[in-house]
Amino acid sequence: MKKIKEFLIEKIIFISGSLSIVFVVLIFIFLIKEGILFFKYVQFKDFIVGKNWYPISSPAQFGMLPLILGSLLVTLGAMIISIPLGVACALYIAEVVNPKLKDLLKTGVELLAAIPSVVIGFIGMVTLVPLVKNIFHLPTGLTALSGSIMLAFMAMPTIVSIAEDAITVVPRRYKEAALALGATHWQALYRVILVAAAPGIFAAIMLGIGRVIGETMAVMMITGNAAVIPHSFLQPVRTLTATIAAEMGESIRGSNHYYALFAVGIILFIITFIINFIADVFLHRIKK
Amino acid sequence: MVESRIKITNLNVWFENDQAIKSLNLDVRSNEILGIIGPANSGKTTFLRTLNRLNDIKDEFRMDGEILLDNRDIYKNMDVIMLRKKIGIIFALPIPLPMSIYDNIAYGPKMHGIKKGLMEIVEKSLKASYLWDEVKDRLNESALNLSGGQQQRLCIARSLAVGPEVILFDEPCSGLDPISTAKVEDAMLELKSNYTIILVTNNVKQAARVSDRVAFFLMGELIEIDTTEKIFVRPSDKRTEDYISGKFG
Repeated sequence: MKKIKEFLIEKIIFISGSLSIVFVVLIFIFLIKEGILFFKYVQFKDFIVGKNWYPISSPAQFGMLPLILGSLLVTLGAMIISIPLGVACALYIAEVVNPKLKDLLKTGVELLAAIPSVVIGFIGMVTLVPLVKNIFHLPTGLTALSGSIMLAFMAMPTIVSIAEDAITVVPRRYKEAALALGATHWQALYRVILVAAAPGIFAAIMLGIGRVIGETMAVMMITGNAAVIPHSFLQPVRTLTATIAAEMGESIRGSNHYYALFAVGIILFIITFIINFIADVFLHRIKK
Repeated sequence: MVESRIKITNLNVWFENDQAIKSLNLDVRSNEILGIIGPANSGKTTFLRTLNRLNDIKDEFRMDGEILLDNRDIYKNMDVIMLRKKIGIIFALPIPLPMSIYDNIAYGPKMHGIKKGLMEIVEKSLKASYLWDEVKDRLNESALNLSGGQQQRLCIARSLAVGPEVILFDEPCSGLDPISTAKVEDAMLELKSNYTIILVTNNVKQAARVSDRVAFFLMGELIEIDTTEKIFVRPSDKRTEDYISGKFG
């Protein structure tokens, strides 16, 4: 009896453990299966570098360059804001602040991660979007800049908490060695601790990027969703994610449009997979 | 009259409520190697770390008394950065920074604003710590690839590169094999002509081999300080004799 119980528990744990891998593989297969059909009609090259995304005009055009650039621009903007802020915040929490305030700050930053993205989008829509519009005298505040700012908020918790861990695990004796050579606190932080924690901080940044590039709801609400090639941060843009979310409902199942959205999904999947993979490589490096 | 370099008067050190050093009076002379021996928990390392104010980073640390370096109070009348440039420390475990051999040595001088002649400083420091011949062809390799003994000599070179006047050794050979230990000891004896050295060691024989004078610490108190010969041949305190002959410790 006991043996059967042991056996069952072991198997259940094994299945639970392997399920997540199975799911990832299944999702990927499904995406490929649906998306691959699209390339019967459209050349891969035309798909990637095509400048026009007119999925429902006739003849339909499926050039996803505006979407890729839209995603990249919003992500780039979010990173420019969140990397310096996030790393500085992590340094402050890990090395400067007194222990009492430290817990408070960490909890605060992690709570930021708990805000649903639709709420972030909503807040951005009613506060940030009018502000951007007025400051830059634009016809609309629904721009890449607005999206970048709100996404920066969403990347911050990831960057801060992982970078903070990376800084905290740097052996304390490195700091002492630097101080013993006459380094100021800042010199020790900057030239030794940051250098030693660099792989972990890099991983934190990559995971932050992964979070931002896959984000859908907030960007859909505040970037304006115009599928044109962007020339500045003050223009409306449309991201890969928002395209899928907005158009999936209105595409006809089995149509070119439907398959095109799966193809967009494949590209998105590949991008996030690469980013997460890089982050993982660096995270493993610090564990050694 | 022997010149006294560091003069410690009535030093007390506490961590929270534990007193680690009890009313210590001690003089360190120029260009001597002062060996400090004593069982674990007798305040030896705390004493060293008080001398270059590394204990300052611990919140629980409290001290009173007076430590004069060349007649200046290091806690009241000297910039801590300046002090740490003048008083270098070598830790028990070698701590190579995660960078190249060259950068490890150049790190200190660069930090203090020296831009020219770094290569000369690196070479000179490595030669002084007897490491130059072993690493001169691979200065750009990571310092983490060196052996334990080489890492420790690298740390000595790194301290020298900042141009200290006093060097504190905190059980520098505790993790090293006999051959590496001999090399570090050779380096110390050579350095004596230019630097004042304080050596904390758990190895009584090591103190006998390299020190000019030896101080015996017990439970935070200085029991006895005298020339090496006297401490080892006819110590005046019974406890010193017991410790040296291995009856406790």
